[in-house]
Amino acid sequence: MSDAQGRPTQPDISAAGAPPATFSGDRGLALEEASIFALSRAGVTGVDLPEPKGVAPRLAGLERKGAIGLPGLSEPEVVRHFVRLSRRNYAIDLGVFPLGSCTMKHNPRLNEKMARLPGFADLHPLQPVSTVQGALGLIDSLAHWLKVLTGLPVIAMSPKAGAHGELCGMMAIRAAIDARGERRRRVLVPASAHGTNPATAAQCGFEVDEIAGDATGRVSAASVAERLGPDVAGIMLTNPNTCGLFEREVREIAARVHEAGGYFYCDGANFNALVGRVRPGDLGVDAMHINLHKTFSTPHGGGGPGAGPVAFSEALAPFAPRPWVVHGAAGFALVEAEGDAKGAKPFGRLTAFHGQMGMFVRALAYMMSHGGDGLRQVAEDAVLNANYVMACLKDAMSVPFAGPCMHEALFDDAFLEGTGVATLDFAKALIDEGYHPMTVYFPLVVHGAMLVEPTETESKESLDRFIASMRGLALAAKAGDAARFKGAPFYAPRRRLDETQAARKPVLVAAEASPRAAAE
Amino acid sequence: MIKFTDQHEWVRVEGEEAVVGITPYAAEQLGDVVFVELPEAGRKVDQFKEAAVVESVKAASEIYAPVGGEVVAVNAALAETPGLVNEDALGKGWFLKLRIRDKGELDKLMSAEEYETYVKGL
Amino acid sequence: MRYLPLNAEDRRAMLATIGVRSVDELFRDVPKEARLDEPLDLPRHMGELEVERALTSLAAQSVSAGSVPFFVGCGAYRHHVPASVDHLIQRSEFLTAYTPYQPEIAQGTLQYLFEFQTMVARLAGLEVANASMYDGSTAAGEAVQMAARVTKRSKAVLSGGLHPQYRDVIETYVRYQDDEIVAAPMALGAEPGLADLIDEDTACVVVQTPSVFGTPVDLRPIAAAAHAKGALLVAVVTEVVSLGLLESPGAMGADIVVGEGQGLGVGLNFGGPYVGLFATRAKFLRQMPGRLAGETVDAEGRPGYVLTLSTREQHIRREKATSNICTNSGLCCLAFTIHLSLLGEAGFTRLARLNHEAAIRLSDRLAAARGAELATPAFFNEFTLRLKKPAAGVVEALAARGVLGGVPASRLLPGETAAENLLIVAATETNTDEDMERFATALAEVLA
Repeated sequence: MSDAQGRPTQPDISAAGAPPATFSGDRGLALEEASIFALSRAGVTGVDLPEPKGVAPRLAGLERKGAIGLPGLSEPEVVRHFVRLSRRNYAIDLGVFPLGSCTMKHNPRLNEKMARLPGFADLHPLQPVSTVQGALGLIDSLAHWLKVLTGLPVIAMSPKAGAHGELCGMMAIRAAIDARGERRRRVLVPASAHGTNPATAAQCGFEVDEIAGDATGRVSAASVAERLGPDVAGIMLTNPNTCGLFEREVREIAARVHEAGGYFYCDGANFNALVGRVRPGDLGVDAMHINLHKTFSTPHGGGGPGAGPVAFSEALAPFAPRPWVVHGAAGFALVEAEGDAKGAKPFGRLTAFHGQMGMFVRALAYMMSHGGDGLRQVAEDAVLNANYVMACLKDAMSVPFAGPCMHEALFDDAFLEGTGVATLDFAKALIDEGYHPMTVYFPLVVHGAMLVEPTETESKESLDRFIASMRGLALAAKAGDAARFKGAPFYAPRRRLDETQAARKPVLVAAEASPRAAAE
Repeated sequence: MIKFTDQHEWVRVEGEEAVVGITPYAAEQLGDVVFVELPEAGRKVDQFKEAAVVESVKAASEIYAPVGGEVVAVNAALAETPGLVNEDALGKGWFLKLRIRDKGELDKLMSAEEYETYVKGL
Repeated sequence: MRYLPLNAEDRRAMLATIGVRSVDELFRDVPKEARLDEPLDLPRHMGELEVERALTSLAAQSVSAGSVPFFVGCGAYRHHVPASVDHLIQRSEFLTAYTPYQPEIAQGTLQYLFEFQTMVARLAGLEVANASMYDGSTAAGEAVQMAARVTKRSKAVLSGGLHPQYRDVIETYVRYQDDEIVAAPMALGAEPGLADLIDEDTACVVVQTPSVFGTPVDLRPIAAAAHAKGALLVAVVTEVVSLGLLESPGAMGADIVVGEGQGLGVGLNFGGPYVGLFATRAKFLRQMPGRLAGETVDAEGRPGYVLTLSTREQHIRREKATSNICTNSGLCCLAFTIHLSLLGEAGFTRLARLNHEAAIRLSDRLAAARGAELATPAFFNEFTLRLKKPAAGVVEALAARGVLGGVPASRLLPGETAAENLLIVAATETNTDEDMERFATALAEVLA
């Protein structure tokens, strides 16, 4: 039926066929977006600036001669470009993001608001110390929370991310060994470790000695003991480990390593399972980085920025890098230069300035919001959620190591055997279900690994829906519906991308309006 | 004469020289090869020491010299077309040519039949 | 607890499904000695209002740059950031996304990283750039390590105009790889002796332009000297806006260009987070650290982006990786890219000129004060004054008069007597003539 103006009054799709290809290439709210360089027009700008006065330059004759090759767009065009791009991303704010090892929890917006206070955001790192007392106070306060939570006495605040924190910890170990006049160069690293661990050890001049896990997915004290010797600098152990399991013999491992003259570096990526319930200091840890962007809710921002403060034991504390905050006669002061480090033996400096202040503010806002009581509940709910996922899926999928797990549940691909569906296909099918896939093919010690970390910020209802999708997919794979998996994703902004072509013929910069070639 | 290592390299002896590549089994395990890092001519390599690196999208593997010697040539075609390793591992997908230092080292390698049995057992 | 969705009923039901009586049972693998039965000695949880009150009062204990005449630089610069930048980077889909490991649902992040790489490569005057490092200083540390891999040599020569904290970071980064660092003496201007430090063992020479004292450096002679010995030239740019006016380091012969991108989009943030820029020649691509976004096609042939050449990285190559870096500065790359897109070619070059003109006006005023003379005749937006007394005390006295008047060189070079009376001063488009007048007046008073 239509009204007097010819406007249909009821939807009638009986005559419609298959969805048509569109003239624009967009499909309703699924919007395509060209490269910003293709949208550019000469002479257009999105910022109004005053006219320069035309003063003679004093640049020693080094003025740029040619154009740079930057785009030209007005403000509405720029805003639209980036808003359209944003809609081609999955995000925690859209749904469950169960990426194991990554702790994708809710990012409170209070943190963002606090980090933007001019008294934190609009401070220069080299302002006179007398004018930044509030900022130094915040760093000191965050360090205090971290000391209490880790049970370790000293925190190096400057590392910029987890891997940078690892560098900090391992360099301190190297410095401590050098200070003893010893030449220990071997570092024990479990096969299940994050790739950053061996990469970091190598950067500090150590050789990596890989140790295998036992049948329960853990490192045994006996397997560590048999590798120890006078050339061993220490061990890098993740706890809970990357299989989501607590290392039961961790205290004994620490004791053995210490007896042998080595140090215990703990990869703190999985601290979310322990915060407020277990202090790494009580486990014998000598150094541990803390990913503020995991445990303490600062946003991942599409790959960064993070922050990786490192907690040190008394044994390593003297070697912590510059700078650090001290309590002086006139308030807080900074130890920045080598000569100021009275009594200490810092191994050096890991970054210009003082660390990721913006992340510090966010992390402290989060800690204060939760309090000591809430942080303990964080660990409990994170562990509860992961165990719930494991309990609900262990019959439909396959679990390589018996639980209880800690904050993440590990599955392998045994349940897919003979279905023609691989772990990667399973992950891509999960995209069609509206979820970001779990971590796949890591840890390396499990075939076709799927590592699910729900975090504490998922409700039971949201986990139940996620579990229903996982279970549905597992049953579909076993029922022989391989097509659903092989072609997946069907409903994402892109189907599977050709990574082989990308690697064989790398195209890493836009072709449009290339600038002149670099001088040879 | 063609011989094999347990790391899935092959070596074909041509007079005083040896052509080296990886086996079809190794190429299949890697998946689509996207890059091969080859040594410069003139480099001396020892038997079973790293001579090249082969990469797929998600993996990188060291290639060890099946026999020691001096690199006299590398397969320049792999720079442009690394997929030759997948298409023709024993032929056009060769990696490098060595001047053999000691033919006695060849005795440590497997024959074609031995290698076939070895792969079946994996 | 506003961030925790589970209620007591949920927890009971979930424990029952798992088949345990209490959450403590889930922690049974933790050794008894390490289980905390009592809450730690920390404050209890707080509402938004209380947290906001506490942090706002802490923030009020500092003097923010925008509240006073402000002229501090030395590796971090205060520029105006358009309002739409912060609005856009706070979109959930950018802010709360992870590293784009699943490209089908991360095209937004991958595409802006690709656009970022393109802009960085063009600014640097080189062929390729990565998807960022932590900041300029760590990018410099990585560049020195990369040069050692490319050249298979182990010595780095550092210019006397390099930011001393960057030098400190480079020395730390290579300390345990037994590489040799040769640092040239402090230099306000040209360094004719630098080329003599380059020899057959030299992997790279590292030169900052404009230098930490503000002097733009002609990289061509030093590039020629480095290349003649088979060494690479690493150029460091700590003020990215300078590239709007100065010749690109790549065009002057640099092989690796690293920089601090903070000046575009990111803000001061008391030193971090910032965004490290890293560009090089295509032929060195496989020795480059850090993530790379690349263009490809999907299964239907539509263009799209992926992370590529990952075999260089730690998650695949482990101890043989080009770097241990994992997390980078994703969201800061986005802020940089949006700000630079808004400026465009026309706006960016104009912004650079305005900065240069501001510095010219300020230097003329300050050098007119008795007891101050300009020590760097050529500069971009930062210059060095030689004062008649130690600069550290002058800066404190200026702060007491409500002016943040630059960085005393002695803060970066303690114990260096030649640095004691040097004051490094930056001017940007944010400084008004009134700010400059207040600075000049206060400086004249302090020096009187």
